[in-house]
Amino acid sequence: MSDIIRRDPRAEWIARNRLHPLHAAMQPTQTSWMGPNGVIRKNVHGIGFIGPNGIKRIDRSGAQQGGAVKRSAAAQVQLPLHQVAEPAFYIAVVPDMVGGRLSSHDRDLLGLAHSLAGKDGAVLAVVFGEHKESTFETAGVDRLLVLEGSEFNGYSPEQRVQGLRAVDNQFDPRHWLLPDSRSGGGELGRRFAASLGERPATRVWQVKDERSTGRAGAGREDLSRPVSRLILAAAECAEPVSETRHEALPVELSTAIARSIARIEDLGAVAVDPALIPMAEAEFIFSGGNGVKDWELFHRTAAALGATEGASRVAVDDGFMTRDRQVGASGTWVTARVYVAVGISGAIQHLQGIGACDKVVAINLDPTCDMIKRADLSVIGESAEILDALIEAVAAYRNEAKRDAA
Amino acid sequence: MQPDKKIPVDKSALHVISLVSIGAHPTSGRPRRAEQDARAVELGLQLAGDNLHVLHAGNAEEPALRAYLGMGLSELHVLEQPEGADALPGLTDYIRESGVQLVLAGSQAETGEGSGMLPYLLAEKLGWPLVVGMAEVESMNNGTAQVLQALPRGQRRRLKVRLPFLATVDNAAPKPRQSAYGPAQRGVLDVEQIDVVIDELFTGAELSPAKPRPKRLKVIKAKSGADRMKAATAKASGGGGQVLKGVSAQEGAAAILKLLVEEGVVR
Repeated sequence: MSDIIRRDPRAEWIARNRLHPLHAAMQPTQTSWMGPNGVIRKNVHGIGFIGPNGIKRIDRSGAQQGGAVKRSAAAQVQLPLHQVAEPAFYIAVVPDMVGGRLSSHDRDLLGLAHSLAGKDGAVLAVVFGEHKESTFETAGVDRLLVLEGSEFNGYSPEQRVQGLRAVDNQFDPRHWLLPDSRSGGGELGRRFAASLGERPATRVWQVKDERSTGRAGAGREDLSRPVSRLILAAAECAEPVSETRHEALPVELSTAIARSIARIEDLGAVAVDPALIPMAEAEFIFSGGNGVKDWELFHRTAAALGATEGASRVAVDDGFMTRDRQVGASGTWVTARVYVAVGISGAIQHLQGIGACDKVVAINLDPTCDMIKRADLSVIGESAEILDALIEAVAAYRNEAKRDAA
Repeated sequence: MQPDKKIPVDKSALHVISLVSIGAHPTSGRPRRAEQDARAVELGLQLAGDNLHVLHAGNAEEPALRAYLGMGLSELHVLEQPEGADALPGLTDYIRESGVQLVLAGSQAETGEGSGMLPYLLAEKLGWPLVVGMAEVESMNNGTAQVLQALPRGQRRRLKVRLPFLATVDNAAPKPRQSAYGPAQRGVLDVEQIDVVIDELFTGAELSPAKPRPKRLKVIKAKSGADRMKAATAKASGGGGQVLKGVSAQEGAAAILKLLVEEGVVR
């Protein structure tokens, strides 16, 4: 239900009509009455009604109608809390945390961890460095261990393995679960396995009856084996937790983590020409549609932001962009983490194409279009002005960063 | 012919080993040269030229092995082993005695378990650093190498790593050159017998043809029929998103930039 305050003409009509069977129920709540000792009692809080702007109005003319205000905000469903006071054992999960948040792969893994933990075990999530996630409770984390420290910043697989070894010593988890993904989990899991001397089950897509099944070779065969201590699981290995709420109690390591000398030094990300990245796997897409009038400015903005360019069908049909840049049902289904839509109203075919995008930013003139409803941040206004301002803002931001570094 | 890429590496002083295995065609399953291992050989050829040493542990009789020789190698070293033997001890000893600076391998095998653990275990046993998903070697001098690592979504990361090191390559590495039949038949296989260590994996595990994975269904948990109807017909719903209306272009741009910086896409 929406939060918009509305008049109910029917209720008002019933309140006016003394012959209506519901007339009594629709009367405004009584504000004053004779108390048991003959004293007039007043309920000052019951007076008045909430007006259309959300402000309380008191109508003293006696014309106030309409009965009690019916307001129903979207009720937040409180899921039952799953508590593990004294964990009999731990199931450790090391989520990827791409962009500081739990990915769907991580959530699947937490679901698998819960099926392994049952009632007595606790799911321990090990997170490196800072994170932006606020839904550990509903994702199914019973205990949360955040390993802070500058040594875990950037690409630091060897130091992270040391961190996991310290966790292994203290909590001795029954199983270690890592995502077998290219965004870090697959590598970290294999390094950790080599360091522990455990044989991991890799690319696992099912764990059932104490046996795990994973893809083997080039994916033409399945390998089924008894569940190993270390599991590198593929995406969609289990259903994510959806029916319970968890505590996500913070825990800490009692011992310091051994510092290893970094043999691999991270020199930072390298600027890659965004135009060369295939659209389907680009991380940041700047997309233009019918609302873009100045395409020169659009290209300049994309270059300033360092984004891969995309387009809606109209922009492609009108010849402003090439066909391979089309996003949507008949173009490319993109998986960008951040998608900026400039002057795209959001036809359903286009919204299908950006279904997998994480954050959508819309710049549009029409505040009622479907793209605004999908977007996490929308700016209503003329695209040309906003793009000009955006180029300036990015330049200012980069200058400031340069000055800070100097 | 491959374009002769300019690499600031002294080819004559550099010794590189590429580890190769027998692959399997993704649809027919016939033996072939493994795709990623071929990329490792290609990268090795670009780096070291004739100093490249190609090493295989397994059956020397396999005809598909000669496909690597067809890439322009004069010889290929084979550590003869039966099927199901553990390649790790033999390779470790061989690499330790060889005195190379760089060992290249594909990131996972196309047959057998294919867990991709071999490079990690080798690195652990040798005590060498391991670079995962190497795309390019930029320079090598003074006992360190500067390399580019391939990240998902087409990104690259620059790493500085001490020599000697191990590196795995994946599909971001240079495309392998074609294999020519004549040189493949003329090439020499240098076979060496080693001690056989049987891999204990297949005592409790079994291989079967891959089952198609069940497609995940969209389960709608609704109590009433009206809720289910709403879930089935819902369009993109409003709410959650922040709408900036009636703000100046500068304020709007600042809000967008703030989000882009928070997400880490604008650096």
